[in-house]
Amino acid sequence: MTERTRLVGNAVYGWLLLLPAAVLLAAFTHYPAVATLAQSLFTSGTALRPAEFAGLDNYRFMLEDEVFWRVLENNVWYAIGTIPASIALAMLMAVWVNRRLPLRAFVRMSYFTPTILPMIAVANIWLFFYTPEIGLIDQIAAGFGIGSRNWLGNPDTVLGCIIVLTIWKEAGFFMIFYLAALQSLPPELEEAARLEGASRWHFFRRVTFPLLMPTTLFVLINAVINSFKLVDQLFILTKGGPDNASALLLYYIYEVAFSFFDQAYASTLTVVLLAALAIIAIGQFVILDKRIHYR
Amino acid sequence: MMRRLKSARTGVLALIAGLLLAPAAWAVELTMYYPVAVGGPLTKIVDGLVADFMKEHPDIEVKAIYAGNYNDARIKALAALKSGQPAQLSVMFSIDIYELIEQDAIVAFDDIVETDEERAWLDSFYPSLMQNGVTGGKTWGIPFQRSTIVMYYNKDVFREAGLDPDNPPATWEELVAAGKKLVRRSGDQVERWGMMIPSTGYPYWMFGALTMQNDQVLMNGDGNETYFDAPATQEALQFWRDLGAVHGVMPSGTIEWGTLRKNFLEARTAIMWHSTGNLTAVKKNAQFDFGVAMLPANQRRGTPTGGGNFYIFKQTKPEERRAAMKLVRFLTQPERTAEWSIQTGYIGTRPDAYETPALKQYVVDFPPAAVARDQLEFATAELSTYQTGRVRKLLDDAIQSVLTDQKSVEDALGSAQKQADRLLKRYR
Amino acid sequence: MKHSGLQASLAQGIENAAALLLAVLWLSPLLYAFWAAFHPPEYAIRFDLTAPLTLENFREAWDQAPFARYFLNTFMLVTSILAAQFVLCTLAAYAFVRFEFPGRDIAFALVLVQLMIMPEVLIVENYRTMSHLGLVDTILGIGLPYMASAFGIFLLRQTFKTVPKELDDAARVEGCSHMQVLWKVYVPLARPTYIAYGLVSISYHWNNFLWPLVITNSVTTRPLTVGLAIFGAPESGVDWSIISAATLLAVAPLLLAFLLFQRQFVQSFMYAGIK
Repeated sequence: MTERTRLVGNAVYGWLLLLPAAVLLAAFTHYPAVATLAQSLFTSGTALRPAEFAGLDNYRFMLEDEVFWRVLENNVWYAIGTIPASIALAMLMAVWVNRRLPLRAFVRMSYFTPTILPMIAVANIWLFFYTPEIGLIDQIAAGFGIGSRNWLGNPDTVLGCIIVLTIWKEAGFFMIFYLAALQSLPPELEEAARLEGASRWHFFRRVTFPLLMPTTLFVLINAVINSFKLVDQLFILTKGGPDNASALLLYYIYEVAFSFFDQAYASTLTVVLLAALAIIAIGQFVILDKRIHYR
Repeated sequence: MMRRLKSARTGVLALIAGLLLAPAAWAVELTMYYPVAVGGPLTKIVDGLVADFMKEHPDIEVKAIYAGNYNDARIKALAALKSGQPAQLSVMFSIDIYELIEQDAIVAFDDIVETDEERAWLDSFYPSLMQNGVTGGKTWGIPFQRSTIVMYYNKDVFREAGLDPDNPPATWEELVAAGKKLVRRSGDQVERWGMMIPSTGYPYWMFGALTMQNDQVLMNGDGNETYFDAPATQEALQFWRDLGAVHGVMPSGTIEWGTLRKNFLEARTAIMWHSTGNLTAVKKNAQFDFGVAMLPANQRRGTPTGGGNFYIFKQTKPEERRAAMKLVRFLTQPERTAEWSIQTGYIGTRPDAYETPALKQYVVDFPPAAVARDQLEFATAELSTYQTGRVRKLLDDAIQSVLTDQKSVEDALGSAQKQADRLLKRYR
Repeated sequence: MKHSGLQASLAQGIENAAALLLAVLWLSPLLYAFWAAFHPPEYAIRFDLTAPLTLENFREAWDQAPFARYFLNTFMLVTSILAAQFVLCTLAAYAFVRFEFPGRDIAFALVLVQLMIMPEVLIVENYRTMSHLGLVDTILGIGLPYMASAFGIFLLRQTFKTVPKELDDAARVEGCSHMQVLWKVYVPLARPTYIAYGLVSISYHWNNFLWPLVITNSVTTRPLTVGLAIFGAPESGVDWSIISAATLLAVAPLLLAFLLFQRQFVQSFMYAGIK
């Protein structure tokens, strides 16, 4: 066996091993991403009106679509609302759970539980919390003599309610990553700091926090993706209402594609979503490559 | 011998089933999707009806699939159609008719009926229930789980507020006046509201009642024109908003369709407008004396009809169409319609259902059961146009934006009408 | 000195109390679900310690929707995805680690694309593909887009990289084929990774909703989440007692497994995270 045939054989073998996964990835990730782009240039066909090439018509329609802009704005607020808060909370939880604490196992379990509950199920329970008059929040508020509020029926509060639920769902999941990172830090660091009389806050800010940076970036990316992807709760809580005040981009895509049967416009909206994710991916690549030796 | 072999292969259970049942050789298999949008064990009831049908027609097998809400049912049925495992018939939203025609998905009943008796059957339903099923001179949908909006009210609370529990408000003015008496406040807090009209889920439907009461319909019969910015439409929306914002008898903001029944059952509101389909659930759970009344009038009384119709799909073989026809006729027989109405609170879809002993007796024992039927006289079609999903959402958003004080009535409805025009232009 | 010690322990106490309070707050939805599920509907929104206990809600929930079938569907879905993921990701990771072939780096970069563009985002186009393949409303149709998982390939690649080359070579010298080396050397050494990834995958797909909602039409394929969503859809009037009972039924296996194997669970997630 010559060296050359061995190399070729190796290459063929390698590709064969990769093939099954590659085919599926191509079929359900790469092809649809490209096909989405193509679809967005056509009209939606119905049985009586077949699809035809439309150029940038769908994009023009999108720019004039008030709902699209509303949804995009909501999504930005949703991201701003969920990402920093859930990361900060996750960090706090991890620091708490990582040290001596009464009932530590219970506390850790509580923080983590939302992660394993399906969003669609807990949304119904949160619906009870938010319901005016008879809901839990209003019942407690009434105990303090505070009047009822229409949490989900008011455009000023509804997105906030969705954000709180999302933070609750995500924080415990992110906590785990911080916990892992904290446990991999050498304990001597903290001892040394204590001997020098540094306060815990000081130690956290100057030592722990910077050391957690790679984890924070990892969590950050997850949180950003989630802020585009996590829309299950809308199906139960608000259906995007009132007046689209809580609708998010992916939910709108679902609505357009499967409720209005406008596949072309849904593809156009998906292109925007893909573009947003691509920008984040490139950003991630640049930051990770420059700052962190992570892989 | 053949059967023995087959049974051995599929195991003991199949053997037992094979011995107990008639040979499993169905001439026709039917798949039917149906939605549920109100409380109660509706799936159980449908399963029971279907089982009865198969007992009577051993040559037809029916798979009835519960598909979620109306929207889900349409999506699922159309999806099945496209993916090559089509359903032969389905219960879908009565307002899906134009969408289904545009998708070339359904076949008109006029093209399936063969005998004069069957043609007469087409005319045996309440005419106002047929409005959403007929267009272009053909009948596409047969009414099944149909409802109207009725007014549920808490008689105990009426008594407490010094109102006559047997004379519920019959006009808008009376409604506001009664509402003001029914509200109970302690300090700044409202302990009980006068009334609630749900404004999530199906706001356009509730609004259809208010506009009809103002003697205005929302769309034309061809489904290609809407009247969202007509003066009477605007007035109706203004009234809805003012119930909360001016008269203080209803909470401001939107009111959740799904939790409203609980609010009513907890006596946190004295009056609610809701589908008749909730009647049985309210009856079962109410711990107080409650009444059901027709919606009040302004220019006239009015409510849209609502709910689901039977449709038969185009991608079907002739024998499947005949079998589907048998099933639909079976399920709409007067006796079965009566039973369905008693168990769910939906309207008996045909006058002779109310002549059956069962329903007759039920109406005597429980008069609210007849309110929805009596109201049919004043009923109109539910909002339904081409591009129904989009057009509906335009109106829903407009209503919600007004109820939450984001837009004025004029702006909201004006812009909804403009956008609806743009969508419907090509269907004119 | 004593004073500041007191101050410190007071601060400590406050912090502990805050941590506990947050824990209770975080658990409250689940606590409420237990309350509503085990009490009659009249008490669903009223908290009265004398309220009678009942299992009626569970019976009604079980009666009103084919939960047994939904369980079976979810179980089949989760196991088929996991099995396929193990096989596909193992082969792919092995290829990336131990074989030189043209286009390897580009291929790896293309794999990583899926970390950002998850199948959820492409529901519209994937739905079209599935209907061309005739896989709408099948369990395979729900699982297929997830079976080649970039996350799995990435994790296993990282693990396989830590396997010393000498072990590989030694096995080769003994006459093992590529597949035998993979099976006898790499897979056993990566066991913790498989467990970690398995748990992450199971809890993800047990709870996944949007894609299954889109692609399933009927009871015979619908997983628990979709069944639960259409069962508890607010349209039909919210009955929290029954919904809570149904919710508890749906999450019971996962919750029970979590309580029993809490340590492993948390550690697995951590393991998956730090790689």
